[in-house]
Amino acid sequence: MRPKIVARNVVKTYKSKDGDILAIDDFSLEVAEGEFVCIVGPSGCGKSTFLRILAGLTPLTAGTVDIARDAKAQKPLNSMVFQEYAIYPWKTVRDNVAFGLEMRGVSKHTRYVIAEDWLKRVGLLKFANYYPHQLSGGMKQRVSIARALANDPEVLLMDEPLGALDAQMRTVLQGELLNLWEIDRKTVVYITHSIDEAILLGDRVIVMTAHPGKIKMEFTIEIPRPRMIETMSTPEFALQKGIIWEALKDEVARVYGEQL
Amino acid sequence: MSSYSSLAEAVRRLVLKQTVREILFTVIIAVVLNGVALGLHVWRDYWEPVLLINFVLLVVVAESVGELVPIRFKPLYDRALAFGFPAIILLCWEGLVNAGVLNARWFPAPSSILEALWDLTVNYDRFNKSSLLGRPWLIPQEWNSNGMDGIKALFRESHVYATLSRVMLGFTFGSLPGILIGMAMGMNATVRNMLDMTLSALYVLPKIAIFPIMMLLFPDPFGEGPKIAVVAISAFFLVTISTMAGVQQIDPVLIQAGRNYGANRWQMFRHVILPGALPMIFSGLRLALGTGLIVIVAIEFVRAKIGVGRVILYYWEILSTAKMYAGLFVTMILGVTLTYGLQLIERLVIPWQRK
Repeated sequence: MRPKIVARNVVKTYKSKDGDILAIDDFSLEVAEGEFVCIVGPSGCGKSTFLRILAGLTPLTAGTVDIARDAKAQKPLNSMVFQEYAIYPWKTVRDNVAFGLEMRGVSKHTRYVIAEDWLKRVGLLKFANYYPHQLSGGMKQRVSIARALANDPEVLLMDEPLGALDAQMRTVLQGELLNLWEIDRKTVVYITHSIDEAILLGDRVIVMTAHPGKIKMEFTIEIPRPRMIETMSTPEFALQKGIIWEALKDEVARVYGEQL
Repeated sequence: MSSYSSLAEAVRRLVLKQTVREILFTVIIAVVLNGVALGLHVWRDYWEPVLLINFVLLVVVAESVGELVPIRFKPLYDRALAFGFPAIILLCWEGLVNAGVLNARWFPAPSSILEALWDLTVNYDRFNKSSLLGRPWLIPQEWNSNGMDGIKALFRESHVYATLSRVMLGFTFGSLPGILIGMAMGMNATVRNMLDMTLSALYVLPKIAIFPIMMLLFPDPFGEGPKIAVVAISAFFLVTISTMAGVQQIDPVLIQAGRNYGANRWQMFRHVILPGALPMIFSGLRLALGTGLIVIVAIEFVRAKIGVGRVILYYWEILSTAKMYAGLFVTMILGVTLTYGLQLIERLVIPWQRK
């Protein structure tokens, strides 16, 4: 079967006064239909840049990126969940969730039905008429996630979606994400700096090197689904975490070494 | 439990007593101080420091009273302070004029200013062929005898209508292009680079200084055209600059989200850029409206047969100072009303703002 996402030999350089800076070097990735892939790496390794290249928000310098489109269903190629939520302060929660549908010209009635459906699933239906400034950080990110899911894209791209939340809220939302993903098992590329989160959510965890960003190692997570927060306290989870940390720690050390 | 609450009650009473004592103490100091000052003619020779000390004592009393006010009446008390202070100033003014300390020729008592305002409102000035409001109570009578022309004539004789219409027309003709060009400058770096420096340089020009140019540009140099144009130009700069800033301060991630969710150019403008810039646009509009009023009064000083600025200058020239102050008062009322009206519109247009 043809993979859902194919990225081949992606290179990204930035121009600067001191010449070109290589951010991503020869990054290749294939993601199967319905697969949940997590990319972890030290800060500034180019993992967010790679995601923005997948999303078509940043042009690539060399290589190819291809997302397979389902010819029958007219779905948008990708929808992104941003770390900064990126929901609109001037739109109500309902209109924020319906945003992608509205941009695609879906009628008001239909898009509100879909939006309210997703709001119900993230537990925010009674906040449908609220404006974002009336919501907490966790609620805002739920709106952002609901907006992406309501858009029903071919692939879901998530850029450290829980990075701005406190530890407790992050754990709550990790559990919710697991449940939401089980609904239709979308293809997901998920960026995080938390190994725990990557193992909990992912079918596969990719560890990136720092400066320039390359694939260092790949791990298939064999922990059976459906998973839940309690999965994190099993021995196999701890074992997996130890193995991945072994691969990641040199990269983190390299970043710190450069900074100190 | 009961002993604990009675203890709390006792502490509360003690604090209360202390505060009351503080207030009484301060009031006594104030009375003694002012009595001595009056007796020794200190008021006449050193009135500035005495005034300052009185103000400080007033603040001390007001603050202590504030501590005694129950929490649910606190907003009311704050409002009372906001309106009470100017009321005290006006009362003092009145008193000082009656006592002969202030010269009523130059600083007529508030009561006589009010009287002058009433006089201006109800009476028609035969010499200048004008009235303050245009005598709206004559509308039915004029309508019956002269029809539409009669009503137009009433409007033409009104100082307030003249000033208001100049401000509103200038504001509209200046703000709309200001919003458009500010948007273009915010969204397009080339446009911004071409205009930004020039606009900043022109912005600092006192607008009254370009009035002669406007008089050259219009076929009737003494008509409404040049006056409205100067208000429009003042509004234009303020609105352009704040609209541009409003577009530029939009979080880039909101624009990325718009692109990612498939917004086309128009949708991006309609759903992201315009609402994102609106709060700043409105602060520009507020500034523009206030500045428009300042500019038009200045221009009416220079060249106008009618208008609130003309009222102020004319009654200064004929040394009818109470009416001059009445003109200043009307200008203040106009400013407050216009700003308040714009605030109402802002609340309707920007319902998502934290207030």
